[in-house]
Amino acid sequence: MSILVDKKTKLVVQGITGGEGSFHTQQMIEYGTKVVAGVTPGKGGTEFLSVPVFNTVDEAVKQTKADTSAIFVPPAFAADAILEAVDAGIKVIVCITEGIPAADMVKVYNVIKNKGVVLVGPNCPGVISPGKAKVGIMPGFIHKRGTIGVVSRSGTLTYEAVKQLTDVDLGQSTCVGIGGDPVIGSRFIDVIKLFNEDENTKGIVMIGEIGGTAEEEAAAYVKKYVKKPVVGFIAGRTAPPGRRMGHAGAIISGGKGTAAEKMDAMKKAGIKVIESPAEIGTTMLKALDRFKKRTAKKRKVKASLEVKKSLKKKAAAASKAKSKAAVKSKSKQKKSKR
Amino acid sequence: MKIHEYQAKELLKKFGAAIQDGIAIKDISQFDSAIAELQSRGINQFVIKSQIHAGGRGKGKIYNPNSRQELILEGGVKFVTSVEKAKEYAVKMLGNLLVTHQTGPEGKIVKTVFVTEGLDYKKELYLGILLDRNVSQNVIMASTEGGVEIEKVAAETPEKIIKEWIDSAVGLQNYQARKLAFGLGLSGSAFKNFIVFIQKLYKTYEDTDASLLEINPLVITNDDRIVALDAKMNFDDNALFRHPDIAAFRDLDEEDPLEVEASKYNLNYIKLDGNVGCMVNGAGLAMATMDIIKLAGGEPANFLDVGGGANKETVANGFKIILGDPNVKAILINIFGGIVRCDRVAQGVIDAANEMHVNVPIVIRLEGTNAKEAAKLLNNSGLNFEVASDFKEAAEKVTSVLRN
Repeated sequence: MSILVDKKTKLVVQGITGGEGSFHTQQMIEYGTKVVAGVTPGKGGTEFLSVPVFNTVDEAVKQTKADTSAIFVPPAFAADAILEAVDAGIKVIVCITEGIPAADMVKVYNVIKNKGVVLVGPNCPGVISPGKAKVGIMPGFIHKRGTIGVVSRSGTLTYEAVKQLTDVDLGQSTCVGIGGDPVIGSRFIDVIKLFNEDENTKGIVMIGEIGGTAEEEAAAYVKKYVKKPVVGFIAGRTAPPGRRMGHAGAIISGGKGTAAEKMDAMKKAGIKVIESPAEIGTTMLKALDRFKKRTAKKRKVKASLEVKKSLKKKAAAASKAKSKAAVKSKSKQKKSKR
Repeated sequence: MKIHEYQAKELLKKFGAAIQDGIAIKDISQFDSAIAELQSRGINQFVIKSQIHAGGRGKGKIYNPNSRQELILEGGVKFVTSVEKAKEYAVKMLGNLLVTHQTGPEGKIVKTVFVTEGLDYKKELYLGILLDRNVSQNVIMASTEGGVEIEKVAAETPEKIIKEWIDSAVGLQNYQARKLAFGLGLSGSAFKNFIVFIQKLYKTYEDTDASLLEINPLVITNDDRIVALDAKMNFDDNALFRHPDIAAFRDLDEEDPLEVEASKYNLNYIKLDGNVGCMVNGAGLAMATMDIIKLAGGEPANFLDVGGGANKETVANGFKIILGDPNVKAILINIFGGIVRCDRVAQGVIDAANEMHVNVPIVIRLEGTNAKEAAKLLNNSGLNFEVASDFKEAAEKVTSVLRN
């Protein structure tokens, strides 16, 4: 299993004929993603890379039953493209576009938040379920099918994490780049929830960065609900306050959003927080190992406890039965019926 | 993007929000006509305000930039009742160095002075509008504790900050404006004036794609007007394309010259204090590279994200920018090739290093697409590169190079 995208995903690419859109559509098709449609207003009725192109997402959905969208349109038109996809009934929208005005995203976020739609991004590398489907711009070849869920705010740093996992022979169930903007559709907590519910995901890697409080929010959730091992890293410990570190969302403002605060919250939630970004893979390997041993031990303890309990019960029941055999026989029968 | 107080007030004025008005001068020769203009409006007490992007101007100190020990003036904002005194302060501010707790010891040269009206007021309030990332909505924050640092109020007496979150579909509603006004303890005409003011302020924030609009202090004058005594505005860089008038407010003098140069080449560069220059593709990986340099015992000299399309030109420009910082003693290049091919980046590094005569050691780590071919190219180049096979080794090689 995996989350968000898999072999059944039917993808429509919005902005398929643009520079970025066409290049990455080709890459996604080569990876094995089912790209069923493209949308470029004004180019409906044509074909591009053997994919039928439509004027609107609505038409594309009606004709091809597309259920997932990848958006490559320029920033000034991206908010509109997201809303168009939602209106057409698309359920998973991955917006790659970088540089969308925050005010546009505030509107989009609040319009779609209760509509049962998953928006990933914007300003993100996308989503990949290795060996099944790639909806985004990440290099497919570094990934490997497996059981680790990866969620991250960054692009190339995610690739770094994935490569480290693959190098220690840990494959990935799904990798989700949630994007580096201040307003994004899916946050850490949303993706971690999905990973937690996904049976095939056995461990989670979360890669955060300075700015905002999404990591703290996710840590609180992990503490409460997640029983799988989680490894975390926060980029930007050396970043100066008040400066935007590339991503619009990566900024320490008003003394909030520092790496130290985030790492602290994550540690308190039982997340294995690493100091060095070079240790993501090896740390996950160790965490999984420890987790397996611990659960095996727990199971053993639990099993032996249960055996003891049932022996006790039996013994008690036997002695009770002996002493009050005649009187209690009726009620006992009742119990066994239940 | 940040702008000056006088520019923010120009915007607020355009949107009809009441401001402490004034005239900005860049040269003392403009002083007399500015004062004459204000006097013709019936103004006879003034505040002379240094214009730099950093805060804490009032408590800052003005020094002679040519002899840093020479203190010229205590305070970068001065209230005066005489024209002579006003001129004296303007002279002392213009062209000199203002050091505040936000500028750091290097300070900022005052290139503009805002000559404004001096108001008599009875109370200072705080107003701020910004994006609350937790809920993806704009929030208006108001407090009776104006004139002090709001972070301090938030930390010590958070109950003194009132917040109203704005539904982006309908904007600021009147009941919310009233809630804020009541919360600030306003009544009578001050109350009414506040309602008008906050509506106009929010409209300014929204229509200009601001990322922060802070009025600290907002004052209640003796005659119950609500007036912005100071104004701080930051803008969403991603939205500047639809506001050419605001983009024109950009003041390159307030930015680091190397950062300005980098932005010309579409490079994302931020200067830091260390000695290890780094060149990375991707913002997250760039931050992580800075972190690992520090872990290995070095100090990063910069943040530099060369973006998704790293090629010979971007690498060459990156070198130029990094070497423009005299503190740089070594360079670490960390590129994760996804769509970008490492062998092309390697060729770019070799060409640029050959052409530019880079005289500090270079450690290179190229990973991802065609990484092997890239390593071969680097090793056969005859140039003195340290090639690292992974992230950790790269950082360690840099620091060991520095030690030798």
